[in-house]
Amino acid sequence: MSEGDTNALRAEALESLLVERGIVRPEVVDAIIRRFEQDIGPMNGARAVARVWVDPGYRARLLADPWAAIAELGVTVIPDAPLVVVENSPTAHNVVVCTLCSCYPSGLLGLPPSWYKSPPYRSRMVREPRALLAEMGLALPADVEVRVWDSSAEMRYMVLPERPAGTDAMNEEELAALVTRDAMIGVAKAGRPREAGGGG
Amino acid sequence: MVADARRPTLDETGLSAPPRKNGELVFAEVWESRVFGLTMALHEAGAFEWEEFRQRLIAEIAAWERRHEAEWSYYACWLRAFEGLLVTKGLCAQTTVEARVRELAARPAGHDH
Repeated sequence: MSEGDTNALRAEALESLLVERGIVRPEVVDAIIRRFEQDIGPMNGARAVARVWVDPGYRARLLADPWAAIAELGVTVIPDAPLVVVENSPTAHNVVVCTLCSCYPSGLLGLPPSWYKSPPYRSRMVREPRALLAEMGLALPADVEVRVWDSSAEMRYMVLPERPAGTDAMNEEELAALVTRDAMIGVAKAGRPREAGGGG
Repeated sequence: MVADARRPTLDETGLSAPPRKNGELVFAEVWESRVFGLTMALHEAGAFEWEEFRQRLIAEIAAWERRHEAEWSYYACWLRAFEGLLVTKGLCAQTTVEARVRELAARPAGHDH
């Protein structure tokens, strides 16, 4: 029996026991899975970034008090942990990792991608961020400082990417479509989805 | 053990797809989604504090990194963390879980739930 089969059996065993005891209802579990698979994605984060690109006042508010600024967008996100928005510039690039597990601002970015949770990403992004970013398709010039932020239960991070060149004529909604999950983790630039791993 | 390929994914959700889609399947196999959903359901019902679960998840991931004996699976670590939490909280006894696993494993081949 493969490891996956064993895990599937254990998961099924736990669910059947919890259901029998009235601790959980299968429909509730179904609804939660649907919510995370279909309704929660990086669009809340993308909307905040696009608003920053068109409204300098909003930029200041998002950096100063991220959750309050996100509430302005009228989205329903529960501020589940203190959030820091880190801003990219021509001289500094930010990237987020969770070295211990998979802390991630899910309300803004959806569920973390599998590579974010993988042991190599979690260890290498701290040790050799520049090399790993290059492997992931983002080669940064030597004079750009790389800042690595380690997420935890106490603090979550979201990267504020730079507005891509040539987008002056775009409106806020069009701009939001350029803001990928990977850009808000910091492993890609906005408007340039990562090639490998199905990014963006 | 293959996830149902017909499950709707974020990529198929039409108009709002670009900023919404997450770039990949959220769950690779059905059991991953079930154990994730169970954990969230119990947490939302107040059965445990998220930090209690997170500390167990961190410990399971660290244990995997020390042993390296099985293929990496984030949700296998999650599953062990969740099971340990249920046992500690008295929601399921370990012996009951083992008995149920044996029972399910003994079903005739070809069953489909």
